[in-house]
Amino acid sequence: MFKIVHREEMSDGTVVLNDIEAPMIARKAKPGQFVILKANETGERIPLTMAETDPEKGTITVIYQVVGKSTALFKTLQVGDGYQDVIGPLGKPTHIKKVGKVVCVGGGTGIAVLHPITRALKEAGNHVICIIGARTKDLLILEDRMKAASHELRICTDDGSYGHHGFVTDVLKEVLEKEKIDQAVAIGPVPMMKFVSLMTKEYNVPTLVSLNPIMVDGTGMCGGCRVSVGGQTKFACVDGPEFDGHQVDYDELTLRLQAYCEDEKKCYEEFCVMDS
Amino acid sequence: MAQEATKKVKREKIPRQAMPEQKAKVRAKNFDEVPFGYTPETAVKEAQRCLQCKKPSCVAGCPVGIDIPGFIQLIKEENFTGAIRHIWQKNSLPAVCGRVCPQEIQCEGVCILAKKEEPVAIGNLERFAADWERENGTGALPPKAEPTGKRVAVVGSGPAGLTVAGDLIVKGHEVTVFEAFHKPGGVLIYGIPEFRLPKEIVAQEVNFLERLGVKVECNQVVGRTITIDELFEEGYEAVFIGVGAGLPVLLDVPGKNLIGIYSANEYLTRSNLMKAYRFPEYDTPIIHGKNVVTLGAGNVAMDSARTALRLGAENSRIVYRRSRAEVPARAAEVHHAEEEGVEFFFLAAPTKFIGDDRGRVIGMECLKMELGEPDASGRRRPVPIEGSEFELECDLVIVAVGTGANPILTQSTDGLKLNKWGYIEVDEKTAKTTKKGVWAGGDIVTGSATVILAMGAGRTASDSIHDYLTIGW
Repeated sequence: MFKIVHREEMSDGTVVLNDIEAPMIARKAKPGQFVILKANETGERIPLTMAETDPEKGTITVIYQVVGKSTALFKTLQVGDGYQDVIGPLGKPTHIKKVGKVVCVGGGTGIAVLHPITRALKEAGNHVICIIGARTKDLLILEDRMKAASHELRICTDDGSYGHHGFVTDVLKEVLEKEKIDQAVAIGPVPMMKFVSLMTKEYNVPTLVSLNPIMVDGTGMCGGCRVSVGGQTKFACVDGPEFDGHQVDYDELTLRLQAYCEDEKKCYEEFCVMDS
Repeated sequence: MAQEATKKVKREKIPRQAMPEQKAKVRAKNFDEVPFGYTPETAVKEAQRCLQCKKPSCVAGCPVGIDIPGFIQLIKEENFTGAIRHIWQKNSLPAVCGRVCPQEIQCEGVCILAKKEEPVAIGNLERFAADWERENGTGALPPKAEPTGKRVAVVGSGPAGLTVAGDLIVKGHEVTVFEAFHKPGGVLIYGIPEFRLPKEIVAQEVNFLERLGVKVECNQVVGRTITIDELFEEGYEAVFIGVGAGLPVLLDVPGKNLIGIYSANEYLTRSNLMKAYRFPEYDTPIIHGKNVVTLGAGNVAMDSARTALRLGAENSRIVYRRSRAEVPARAAEVHHAEEEGVEFFFLAAPTKFIGDDRGRVIGMECLKMELGEPDASGRRRPVPIEGSEFELECDLVIVAVGTGANPILTQSTDGLKLNKWGYIEVDEKTAKTTKKGVWAGGDIVTGSATVILAMGAGRTASDSIHDYLTIGW
């Protein structure tokens, strides 16, 4: 069992942070890599990119949003409980190097994934501008950590309850107009990554995105996580999860993420009835 | 003399004992095992058919060299415990082998009886001995050599790895098996369906090794969680790589990424390892097609097409680009599939998949083929017939046209020589790789093959590892 040693609820309780004891993974993991978690015997294998690792304490941090049965089941796990299985670190680490000025754009729980990458880019000597967004103020996560990990932090909310009233792309456009940016990183919901990539392409800014398609094994064995990048089929689990944002076929990814939506809905509803 | 002659006549009169099995129509709707197994009476009767040849060709036909007449004799004497112990000397996975080995081209294929009548049902008898022990046995373990204090790491818990583990633990070495998945067994767990190999049996075979002292560490992706060089740093003196050929081959035709097009690896892993056939009791979903097409005609294709039937398919079809004569699956698997209602479309290959506006597959376009000159594999090459396009309606496609070498371990290990397809090069006699202290065997060396060939490779490696640990490289 992989024990939960710390737990926080964020964003109205719809987003949960877990520090999990996994010393071997914590020792090896690098920013951008993910783990697969399985809560119990009947559970599903769920990939989550790590938000933090602490090799000394031997813990990894994951932050997930409750969207279905599996994440609802995760949410029932308290400090002292644990996951039956945690596998990793999987995927390729982010290629961190000094390029100059970098803009990091995050949305939803993508901010959690963006955090270690942002910090590493800053540590590598880049000037890091961060833009994070949420639907409304209460749903915004990791503001303090992102502030510490970057040089400038810009916040957007869809409803204007905090920071800029509007989408992250509005602020991104402002930044791109004002100064020369050498690299962009965008992690969040697929439409956000799509529109950020469309915009950075206009400004010729190389852009990295981190994808989270449906997976089973996470080791390149099943091909369930395949995505089209520059017309080629890639496996997000071993070739990614990060890809050139200008090359990703987001529309195909959006459709493939819906593969089990009816099953998932049914499963989640049954679980919610049982849980209440 | 006269008495002996009567005996002989009597013996030859016994026909090969059939193994009772679920009726095709019934079993096509459930995941229970198809054959029921022998009773002690039928097993003894079948054992009486064995001629106890002085120079038994069946033993030579077995990749792990089981003393077949020896264990059959013990069954004949109703010494079932003795029989299983006799098998264990050469094979730590008899319940598995008795079920999934292609006996018709191995031991039974060379049985002397096969020249005149049907061969002795060696596989069925092996299965009987293993099942009897599991259900009625004393649980007593085979003897183990004195501890040597040497530590061996086995990477991958499929048939090759488990064989190495079983061989070396009884020779007194400490063995730890590292498995990437959350359950041990490799292809026996994720690949072969429940109705052919119940997972409980695999779990028991692994448990047998654990009782012998083998440590099994799941959730360890060697190459990611820990590297081979780190295993040496931790004090392991020999490493065996048996990670299988876990890279799916997908077809490169338009529409290949539509929802409802699975690699056989994904389809079978969802159903077998994740138990998606029991969704929503288990959380992993699987697409239930009404009109299912499986591409390819190997054993994996048969497993996929038969799984689709059990998941409620109205039509389960196999589309294969060559003809019936070239089908690589075991005859018994093809027969079982046909009995259950799987239809075969020979000499056809897909040219594109057709999807709806939700990105889901609704059909495929195929071309008819004819056979031309033999290709590199020695089989006649399928050649497309121009203008022969036809469409097949389908809402689920399973691509079972083979697998490749998964690079996750080989790319993270220095000093391993690979061939042009990414498989590990080894010395055939010893299974040694080009890296000191590292052996490899099974599909990661040969490409997709059978359970028993992987076990044979494991045996070669374990003999060599034992020599290395006791004599030197």
